[in-house]
Amino acid sequence: MYKYDHYDQAVVDARVAEFRDQVNRRIAGEITEDQFKPLRLMNGLYLQLHAYMLRVAIPYGTLDSRQMRMLAHIARKYDRDYGHFTTRQNIQYNWIKLEECADLLEELASVEMHAIQTSGNCIRNISSDQYAGAAADEIADPRPWAELLRQWSTFHPEFSYLPRKFKIAVVASPEDRAAMRLHDIGLELVRQDGALGARVFVGGGMGRTPMIAPEINPFVKADDLLSYIEACLRVYNRYGRRGNIYKARIKILVHEIGADEYRRQVAEEFAHVKTLGIDPPLAELERISAFFAPPAFEATQAEPDRSDPDFAVWLDQNVKPHKQVGYAIVNISLKPIGGIPGDATSAQIDVMADLAETYSFDELRVTHAQNIVLPHVAKRDLYAVWQGLRDAELANANLDLISDIIACPGLDYCSLANARSIPVAQKIATRFADLDRQRDLGELKLKISGCINACGHHHAGHIGILGVDRKGVENYQLTFGGSGAEDVSIGKIIGPGFDEDGVVDAVEKATEVYKTLREGNERFLDTYRRVGLEPFKEAIYG
Amino acid sequence: MVEFRYRTDEVTEQPSVTLDAFLDQSNATAVRLEPDDDARALIPFLDRLTLIEVAFPKYRDGRGYSSARILREAGYKGELRAQGDVLVDQIAFMRRCGFDSFAPEASLNPDAVQKALSTYDHVYQNAADSAVPIWKLRHG
Repeated sequence: MYKYDHYDQAVVDARVAEFRDQVNRRIAGEITEDQFKPLRLMNGLYLQLHAYMLRVAIPYGTLDSRQMRMLAHIARKYDRDYGHFTTRQNIQYNWIKLEECADLLEELASVEMHAIQTSGNCIRNISSDQYAGAAADEIADPRPWAELLRQWSTFHPEFSYLPRKFKIAVVASPEDRAAMRLHDIGLELVRQDGALGARVFVGGGMGRTPMIAPEINPFVKADDLLSYIEACLRVYNRYGRRGNIYKARIKILVHEIGADEYRRQVAEEFAHVKTLGIDPPLAELERISAFFAPPAFEATQAEPDRSDPDFAVWLDQNVKPHKQVGYAIVNISLKPIGGIPGDATSAQIDVMADLAETYSFDELRVTHAQNIVLPHVAKRDLYAVWQGLRDAELANANLDLISDIIACPGLDYCSLANARSIPVAQKIATRFADLDRQRDLGELKLKISGCINACGHHHAGHIGILGVDRKGVENYQLTFGGSGAEDVSIGKIIGPGFDEDGVVDAVEKATEVYKTLREGNERFLDTYRRVGLEPFKEAIYG
Repeated sequence: MVEFRYRTDEVTEQPSVTLDAFLDQSNATAVRLEPDDDARALIPFLDRLTLIEVAFPKYRDGRGYSSARILREAGYKGELRAQGDVLVDQIAFMRRCGFDSFAPEASLNPDAVQKALSTYDHVYQNAADSAVPIWKLRHG
């Protein structure tokens, strides 16, 4: 885990003081809501349908128990006793009072946390693989690179008023668990001649016009990285479209001028930027990397006792292989049947913090699928962890199954939404509540967005649902065939939309078609890709 | 009207001309860049310019930040002025990008500007100002 030094702490403390001053000016009426808006939006504070919503950054989704407990404390003290983990590996609080906001940020700063750049047209929280440092297939831990980028992007003077928000993801495994190519910039760490560098993808994204990022550079050396990214951003800041927010993301620029022309302009800019001395020495990456050294694993070969059948099911579904012999990665699903995807009560957050402290070297991760990970659990402790989770109603054994739904807050909270997402997620999960039935369907990633902005990643869902407003009535479009993984693809709309119950029925029919047509170990996605839309369409609309 | 100026030389009296006008008859010494003007077009002429005014019609349009850095990186030493929808909370970013005078459309409180400029003791990245990035402080 990265630890702040006095410089990092000073930056965050200064931000709290600055924001306190801005809020005081607003409360005293010295500035109008219009003037306050750009200031609060640089700090994750949104005015939503019912109240202010505050988004707290969890850099690359990594946090320790002390920080996790602080998130519980904030839910208890400043909110209604729960928090919502987001697809950006952050947490949101939905019921924040403006006059308490600066105190809240001060408490966060005391555990090296902040809300800097969690909103606004700037470089947002850097996301990464939730299994970083634990995955058997990674070539390096991607988080030091993400931390390097976090620092470089914090209050970047040139890139704080970009055409639109800007999201960067860093991964280091062939299996992509972070939807890397659906980011404005996606970095995949690779080795070339023994040296670590980054393969750079630019111009991916979801929203109204989903795009898969093309590769712009196959290998950027570690000590060129910031210059290269700076060049990527400068070309975008100068030429990205403004005026129409739907055409302002970098994906539109890269698409309109073409990847080759964009690559050429970046190369030209890089040749100049590289002369400015903005890249820290490799010693800085090494300094950061030292914080992410592997924990002190014990030599253990103990396997868990599988005799408790409920435990065995959870073990098979939610526990993943670790690179260290005798250890495993535990996924905590925040998707109870009928619950709100990504929500956790303060008591549950405390339980997860305690379990991490006792059994996972004090570390937790937030995943883009709105779940929590205990990255380093000794296999001999898995039963104890499961019992602790079960007692807190956190042992849902549905990881990557149809009820492990990603959903945006939708019209229940969000001022941008056209339709509700949460009730649809609840109805689908309830329809498929039977775990044996879910497990029979296998991996099936279902994702729901309540508007075209696609915060619920519906484009990347094996099954995606998009809520739209049709003449004042909520209507749900269904897409099939998306993926946010290494087999990245954008889902296609299958036909006319449905009402809330209709879309649940259509999803069920699609799973029945899949069960009839699947061959071997095919997932829903594989069968769909092999047989195409027709058989599904016939069953749903026929 | 220039409200804040962080230079000691004389204010240039010449009115600024548009980029197109400047490129047509280049004996002017003051130019105004709109957000979609290419700042690079001025690079051959920097040594005879005393004022470059960068327009910010809307605070949200951040192209002017890149224009400023391009001009400073090319060695421009004259006055670099931000004009238009310039807000107090942007001035620190603008100073870091190389602006050294400000003509905000809506008048700003000098105390608030001073406070905004002194909020942060340290910065994480190199820019057009003389601030030493934190990584350099760490590694000497």
